[in-house]
Amino acid sequence: MTQTPLVEMRDMNIRFGGNHAVNNVSVDLNPGEVVGLLGHNGAGKSTLIKMLSGAYRPDSGEIRINGEKVEIHNPRDARAHNIETIYQTLALADNLDAASNLFLGRELVTGSGFVDDDAMEAETRKIMARLNPNFKNFAAPVSSLSGGQRQSVAIARAVYFNAKILIMDEPTAALGPHETQMVADLIQQLKAEGLGIFLIDHDVHQVMKLCDRAAVMKNGKLVGVVNIADVTDDDLLGMIILGKNPITGEIVTD
Amino acid sequence: MRRLRSIVETLEIDLRLIGMITALGVIWLVFDLFTGGLYITPRNLFNLTVQTASVAVMATGMVFIIVTRHIDLSVGSLLGFIGMSMGLLQAQVLPEVLGYGHPMTWIITVAAGLIMGALIGALQGWLVGYQMIPAFIVTLGGLLAWRGAAWWVTEGQTVAPLDETFKMLGGAGGTLGVFWSWVVGGLASAAAVLLVFRSRARKIAHGFRTKPMWAEVALSGIYVGTILGFVGVLNAYQIPTRRVERMFELRGETMPEGLTLGYGLPISVLIVLAVTVAMTVLARRTRLGRYIFATGGNPDAAELSGINTRLLTVKVFALMGALVGLGAVIASARLGSAANDLGTLDELRVIAAAVIGGTALSGGVGTIYGAVLGALIMQSLQSGMAMVGVDAPLQSIVVGVVLVFAVYVDIIYRRRTGS
Repeated sequence: MTQTPLVEMRDMNIRFGGNHAVNNVSVDLNPGEVVGLLGHNGAGKSTLIKMLSGAYRPDSGEIRINGEKVEIHNPRDARAHNIETIYQTLALADNLDAASNLFLGRELVTGSGFVDDDAMEAETRKIMARLNPNFKNFAAPVSSLSGGQRQSVAIARAVYFNAKILIMDEPTAALGPHETQMVADLIQQLKAEGLGIFLIDHDVHQVMKLCDRAAVMKNGKLVGVVNIADVTDDDLLGMIILGKNPITGEIVTD
Repeated sequence: MRRLRSIVETLEIDLRLIGMITALGVIWLVFDLFTGGLYITPRNLFNLTVQTASVAVMATGMVFIIVTRHIDLSVGSLLGFIGMSMGLLQAQVLPEVLGYGHPMTWIITVAAGLIMGALIGALQGWLVGYQMIPAFIVTLGGLLAWRGAAWWVTEGQTVAPLDETFKMLGGAGGTLGVFWSWVVGGLASAAAVLLVFRSRARKIAHGFRTKPMWAEVALSGIYVGTILGFVGVLNAYQIPTRRVERMFELRGETMPEGLTLGYGLPISVLIVLAVTVAMTVLARRTRLGRYIFATGGNPDAAELSGINTRLLTVKVFALMGALVGLGAVIASARLGSAANDLGTLDELRVIAAAVIGGTALSGGVGTIYGAVLGALIMQSLQSGMAMVGVDAPLQSIVVGVVLVFAVYVDIIYRRRTGS
């Protein structure tokens, strides 16, 4: 018996004007699994995932979570299903401090309904001690933080609220080697805790190292989903560049 | 110098605030010099605060508008329209329904003004937020339309006289008197000290670093000194003896020999202070305020965090509209009449006050107290130049140059501090 996938996206479609950005794509994600999403810029991988995070509404398609069909109309709906997203742009309000960003949209409030900045800062200190012990600058607006520190804030926001499904859009693109390793360790740790992770990345080596399976897209279409154990770097590159499925030999055409 | 800077840092006072207070002090001193000591007097400072009230109230709302990367050019015209409507309501409609001088007249009028402002603001906000028409265009249309509407209310006729109680909301006609002013000052001082030490207690409870005790005491001292000094100045302005005599005559009493009465806090200034506190709490301690600043800092991030930025736009404009209603109450009550040119060019004064107060047009940055101080700086310049006898055209030139210069200094400051 196979287990019920954590997430199933079935026959997803979205068009922007004449551009069929995501064309009949289906992928799924199991608990404790990391699925890499690969493809050129404009292949549709970010667009696909934004339908799951509530940033875009699909023209057609079905999303199931733990086998149940769900409607995700906006980011709030996604959060309600324990879907958390770390955007490539990080989606931080630069003028606010770390705690305000971490709790943005989900502020802790006092008994009388006012935002409780001290309590939020205390919680932020706790989670940062776990994720990035070097993080010390809690009072400054995040605009004054380094790329790695900003990334920590974005990750902390996703992890803090007990995510079951985590979407990471190029989480290491702006990071140095040391910080990249930290993110890699974190992914392993979260995976061990049973989270399902979609990892969008350009870097084939990174995907080979971190993921269990990889889904490759080209021109809005799905080239294929493969087990990392069954393929080589070159197979993945062939999927990305030529649109050639190494298992079936099929080629995605424009 | 270094010593001074370390003191300021320990007290955690906003440097921009110190800059503004310094600028205000310099302006006052210069005019005092040129007017031979007539400028820094209880009488003139009293008038300054009263003249600033209407613009200051509206400037607090403009902070939120500009922080969310919008603009509202319609506030002056809207003030005229609401002022005329309230004038008509209290001088002609309500006397017919309730009878002349009914005690409910002013309450109904003020409520109607606030509601009218909020509804019109919400309409403009809906056009901006949901229909995606740029705020500049929507409110430029509003600037023209509401001024026309203001004329239409009475076909251009000035409405007077306004309700006697209503007029007390405007200025010298409605003050608390010496005793109650001290009471308000005392309560405000106690509240300020309480807030300082409650915040300290909360920080200690969470185990955060706190300021040294002397800094908390010094801060409390500065707050209390400012509040009581302000009340003292307004109390020192004496009501003219003839007017006091008449007040006693009206009550059928004779004035005791040598009696002097101070004006104390004008009700309009009390309104400004209440609005400043309420808007500051809204900005810093509520979710709505947090979302306003988050949306201004990064609209996409706010949206992705589940914030309904469209509805937020409607709320911000509705709040602006309600504050314009309040501004209209103060402005028309001060004049004792409502004319259809009421509030002309106020949009520029209000925007200038917010911007001089450190609100960045790029969004996400601004303080309420800054806008109120900005309004006071603008008014100090204008009435100072009028007292000195500077020609009206030159006044405009000076105010224009100061506006650009203030923003320039602010930009340099931001670049240096990297914020």
